[in-house]
Formats: sequence, C-alpha cells, structure tokens
Amino acid sequence: MAVETTTRAKLRWGLLDVLVVVFALIPVLWIASLSFKTPATLTDGKFFPREWTLDNYKTIFETDQFVRALINSIGIALIATLVAVVLGAMAAYAISRLDFPGKGLLVGVSLLIAMFPQVSLVSPLFEIERQLGLFDTWPGLILPYITFALPLAIYTLSAFFKQIPWDLEKAAKMDGATQAQAFRRVIAPLAAPGLFTTAILVFIFCWNDFLFAISLTSTERSRTVPAALSFFTGASQFEDPTGAICAAAVVITVPIILFVLFFQRRIVSGLTSGAVKG
Amino acid sequence: MADIVLDKVSKSFPDGTVAVQDVDLEIADGEFVILVGPSGCGKSTTLNMIAGLEDISSGELRIAGQRVNDKAPRDRDIAMVFQSYALYPNMTVRENMAFPLRLAKLDKETINAKVDEAAKVLELTSLLDRKPANLSGGQRQRVAMGRAIVRQPKAFLMDEPLSNLDAKLRVQMRTVVSRLQKQLGTTTVYVTHDQTEAMTLGDRVVIMRGGAVQQVGPPQELYDHPRNLFVAGFIGSPSMNFLHAAVQDGSLRTALGDVPLGDRVRRELEAADAPRELILGIRPEHFEDAELIDDDTRRRGLEFDAPVEIVESMGSDKYVYFTVEGERASAAELEELAADAGSADFAGAGGNLVTRLSAESPVAEGQSRRVWFNLEKIHLFDPGTGRNLTLHEGRAAGALAD
Repeated sequence: MAVETTTRAKLRWGLLDVLVVVFALIPVLWIASLSFKTPATLTDGKFFPREWTLDNYKTIFETDQFVRALINSIGIALIATLVAVVLGAMAAYAISRLDFPGKGLLVGVSLLIAMFPQVSLVSPLFEIERQLGLFDTWPGLILPYITFALPLAIYTLSAFFKQIPWDLEKAAKMDGATQAQAFRRVIAPLAAPGLFTTAILVFIFCWNDFLFAISLTSTERSRTVPAALSFFTGASQFEDPTGAICAAAVVITVPIILFVLFFQRRIVSGLTSGAVKG
Repeated sequence: MADIVLDKVSKSFPDGTVAVQDVDLEIADGEFVILVGPSGCGKSTTLNMIAGLEDISSGELRIAGQRVNDKAPRDRDIAMVFQSYALYPNMTVRENMAFPLRLAKLDKETINAKVDEAAKVLELTSLLDRKPANLSGGQRQRVAMGRAIVRQPKAFLMDEPLSNLDAKLRVQMRTVVSRLQKQLGTTTVYVTHDQTEAMTLGDRVVIMRGGAVQQVGPPQELYDHPRNLFVAGFIGSPSMNFLHAAVQDGSLRTALGDVPLGDRVRRELEAADAPRELILGIRPEHFEDAELIDDDTRRRGLEFDAPVEIVESMGSDKYVYFTVEGERASAAELEELAADAGSADFAGAGGNLVTRLSAESPVAEGQSRRVWFNLEKIHLFDPGTGRNLTLHEGRAAGALAD
C-alpha cells in the first residue's frame, strides 16, 4: 500500500516536473532546431528538422561580424566581472566586518541601484558617454556593467564573509599576522567558493545584457553578441538571416547552460548562504 | 615568559557603556590566573585588551615591564586559545600549528621539529595530516592548544577554552590544561564563567562583576573568606544559602531561629548607619543531622526543625533540601546571580535550604528533621552594599567572634 502511494506520488511529481521543464525549454529547443534547418525548410513548422545542416554555424563563424562580437562579449564580460568581484569583495568584507559611519547608507544605495529600472538610465548614460568619448568603446560598456553588477556582488559576498567566523581573523592576528596577511592567508581561501559563485553570476549578467549593449554601441568595435544578433544579415544581405541568428543564439547560450549545470550546486548554495543556517 | 600588569585599565565604548572599570592586577611570571564572573562582567573584554584585540580606553598594560597599550597583537608575543578554537579549516593540523612559526619566518626544519614536539606533548602526532573538520571536539581543542604553545610565547590567554566540550571531556581536559601549564611554567590568563573550573585550575582567581574586580585570591581563600555577597554566592556548588535576618536586641531573628551575636559583630552593628536587616549566608556543608554530632560540636551551633523536601544521595554524603518559612533574602547581587544561573528562583535566595549531611543520616523525604548548623561558619552581609560584616582583616570569623 505504502509502496503504491509513493510510486503514484513519484509519477505525479515526475509528470509535473516534465511539464515545467518542457514549458521552460521549448523556446530554447525551438531555436536550436531552427539553427539546424536549411533555408528551404525553415518555415515548415516542424519541430524536428527534415534536413539537418551545419551551414548556419559555418556562416556565422565565417562572417567577421559575429566573431568580432563574440570577442567583444568575452572581453567585456571578463573585465567587468574581474573588477566587480575585486571591488565587491573589498566592500563586502568591510560591510560584514566593520561598523563604519555611512554603512547603512552604502548598503541602501547599492540596493537602490540594483532595483533601479535600467531603461530610465539609458538616455542619460548615452549623453554622458558621448560627452566623455566613451560611447562605442569597451570601457563604455564595462563601466555600467560594473555599476549594476556591484550590488549583486556585494550582497552575495557579504553573505559569504558573514559565515566566516571572526575568531579566525583574531586567531591569525594573535598568531602574528598583519591585517593583510590574515585576509590573504586565512579569510580569502575560505571565501574562494563565494568569490567563484559571485564571479559566475556577474559574468552571466554581463554576458546576457542587451539594453546597454544596443544603446551604448554603434559599430562592431564594441558591439557584443546580443546586440550584434539584431543586426545580423547572414552571408549576403539578400539571404534570410533567421537560421544564422538562431545558430548564433545557440552558440552564446550553450556555454552559459553548461556553466550553470556544472556549477549548479555551488551557485544555489552561494545564493542561499546566510539566508538559511546550515 | 613574563609578568603582566594591569594598571587602572578601563574600557568604555563610544555609546558610553563601561565594560571594564579600573582593573588593577599584577600577574606574576609563571602564574596561572583565572578571570571568572557571570556573562557580561567584562572578563572577556579584559582578556581581549591584554591580547590587543581590543583598545584600552584608559590605564596602562605592561607585559614584562614594557608598556604595550599601543602595540598590535603580533608585537606582544602572546598566544591565545579561543572558545571556538578558531582552527583554520583550510589547513591540516600540522599547517595550523605551523602557521605562527611560518609567519615568524622560521626555517622549515625548525618549524617541523617544533610542531612535532608540541604534537607529542598533546598526543596529536597521529592526527597531524588531518583537517580540523575530521577531528572530535577534544582533539580540536588540543590542536588549538598546540598552536598556542608551539612558539613558546611570553604568555597564554585562554577564552573559555573548555566550554564547548561535554561534561566528561571537560573534566579530563581541565587536568591536561593544568599539567601543561605547570610543565611549561608560562604565565597564563584564563577566562571562564564556570566557578568549578576557576576553583580547580588557578593559582589565583579574579572575580569580576559589572566590569569591576570583586576579589582576588587563591580559590580556598575566596571560598572561606568572601569579601562580599556576590563572591559568596558565586563561588561554591551548590551555592551558599542566603536567609533574611533582622537585628533585634543583640541577636539575629532568622527562619532558623535566633542567632546570638559575638562582640565583634555587635560593635559593627552599633554604628549609626548600620543596617537593621542583614543577610545571613551559610554553606551547605556547615549543616549536619542533629543526631549525628557530639556534644562538643553541638555547643558551637544551633539546631532547628524543618520539613524535608528532597533528598539527593550522592553516596559519600546526602544533599537534603528543606523548606523554611520566613522572608526571602533580597539584594541586587542575589538577583544578578539568580539571573546568571538562569533561574528567577536562585537556590540560595528562595525559601529553600540546601544542606549537605552525612550519608549515615536516616533522613527521608516528607518527614520533619532536626538539623544543626555551625555558627562559626556563618557570614553576615549588608544587603545594601553587599559587604561581609563577619570579615576582619580578610578572615571570616562567624557570628560569635569576640
């Protein structure tokens, strides 16, 4: 009897799970399917391609446009992530360890930035960057990315730092370490998983951004992949670029999916650490 | 190795609270001193100030004759054992113990030799390659001690090092700490809230309350000659019984009968500002079953009858709880002790009397029993100031002294 109910419950939950997963994944799978179709069968409405082809992938890697955008994307996201995590780590350490004047204000403002609708900042940023000559450059994107990634970094990292017992730092000092040595040799190694999680989250944020990428760039010099996709024309301008766009979308999605699947446990524990006492 | 001198050391916080007030303490080279008191009494703050983890607001701290107020912990050459052990989880036992030596930039061979030696003393040799996560509580505690002794510092500071261990292991580790301290002969300051630890470990005990030192002395002296109500109630387990006592015609009216007073106490009470109400304190072991004592002893005390509430037989003797009528003894100190013990009904302050009688006593629950108590061992306290009125030149003399 008991076994029956559990198998039935398992079945019911299994069905529900499948439903949710299918609902969430169908658009992604559809894009993947389109990317393997030939131009002739592109609009046939079939989920599984009748004729498989890799031409779309060949096309995008042959065009300068996509390769250049991919380089921009990787470069900009990496630099922004590095800076945001280093700055965020220092800020988070201070927030979790010290009681300095203006701490409440700092935390409040960083929360405010995270909540701010980005679209309302696009026009002022556009004007500012044009004045400063930052428009359509790498720093022109890196700077706003850092700004918006910092609150995320500070929040996740301070949750991590708060978990590290303060006694460890005191012990290190008693053992003869300077403040810097205590941080480098005792605190930082313990915070490494947190730094890593934060880096992944920030990287994904920068990698996926479309709004800033489309508004603050105008040429291939600094256009990232999400923005470049909307300018895609295919191999020649008379060709229908749908297949190529789909292929490009898959190319930039797959690394993120693999990343998240691989580090899933870490990211979840990073997001919830501090919220629940383990 | 060195002596530690606290000269009017105080700690106050920016919001005005005073954690430690004018602590004067001279700790001799090689001495084992215990700081004890209820939570919030300033004992840990005092220790942290000696360590350099907390700034000293006023006063002077000298280690080996040198003023160290403004020196960083690393320049004071003292080691500390934390309540949480504070082992570095990312390092093995060996690396944990070698950490202070590596920071001191010793060469590898010296480090290894010193770590091996300390590990041998603490029986950690087989655990050297493990991570702290794979150790038991007692083992972690020993590693923490190992990390402290390995670099032969001027002094050890220990912040409730045994309080995270279970009761049995705590007793065991107590002897380990004691033996280690004697073996090394290093000046040690040890903080605890457990009066048993304080009594058993230290050469001298410092009792603190509300940031101020109450009494300093060897454990037995604090037990026999408490300077005030707080010390009397804090030291001893089960704690001292406290009864309300009213001064009337040269004697004391208490729930145990009228207690006669000797000349010395009477003279104290003749002063104009002398209190009319007192608190009588007597320890459980100064009671005895009235049937079991000889006449000679009987003359030195008083007898009373009371209903027996609970009998706890310990084998060697019996703890007998009596219910006594009469007013409750009340004083700020007693309430504080009760709050610290976690009960509003502190054993000594209620209508309960705890006595320790001989195992031969045929006492049984529910009966009434005649009990004798020793008048020479009585303490009388002023409820307003907490002062022990029976203390003369540091010696408690009981109620009858002339």
